[in-house]
Amino acid sequence: MSDTKKLALISSRGTLDWAYPPFILASAAASMEWEVGIFFTFYGLPLLKRELGASVTPLANPAMPMKLPFGPKGLQNVDWPIPNIITSNLPGFESVATGLMKKTFEKKGVASIEQLREACVDMEVRLIACQMTMDVFGFAKEEFIPECEIGGAATFLEFAADANVSLFI
Amino acid sequence: MADAPDQALDCKGMLCPMPVVKTNKTLKKMEVGQTLEMTATDPGAMPDMQAWARQTEHKLLLAEEIGDGTFRFLIEKTH
Repeated sequence: MSDTKKLALISSRGTLDWAYPPFILASAAASMEWEVGIFFTFYGLPLLKRELGASVTPLANPAMPMKLPFGPKGLQNVDWPIPNIITSNLPGFESVATGLMKKTFEKKGVASIEQLREACVDMEVRLIACQMTMDVFGFAKEEFIPECEIGGAATFLEFAADANVSLFI
Repeated sequence: MADAPDQALDCKGMLCPMPVVKTNKTLKKMEVGQTLEMTATDPGAMPDMQAWARQTEHKLLLAEEIGDGTFRFLIEKTH
């Protein structure tokens, strides 16, 4: 078999819409027998928490389609324009948007973040928690899944030095 | 090797990356030379499974659409 390919990812964002790309890319690469490592830093670090609480907001996210995952077919295809004044001022709107996105993904057959992360752990993807971010935001190792390791920029860079694909998410 | 596949994997209703993830997971537990039949409804699975086969060097014996938006793949474990 030819040389093993390597994928190095940095996950720096923690909202639900940004949680999918690193875990999907990592699990897809791992399923192709690539060696994979994800470095979770800044707002990506909470994606390593035992209890995932990633949410999403359409505020300042004009590219986010706002479609209902239920109701008559015609209604489901409508992309509702929600003005910022509502997304920023209506309490609980973020929970609504998060709930709708999760429901849409579930209906369409996309795995949840929990499932994707589990698949990554299963396939031995290296999950590296940024030590600096942990100190700055006050996270303790016990809050994270036991399979992760702790490291800094040098740890990630050493891994990425001979990676075929390196991506910053 | 036109006999019935050794195992069947149903990935219908699943979207990327689950078809390739589950295929790899299932194939790992099989013996070299055995065949796995995987069915999916994700249209992306067609190009993805071909890329997967090229990357893993397992043999994609069959990749076809069997109607109703369902795709059927036959994979032989080569190593």
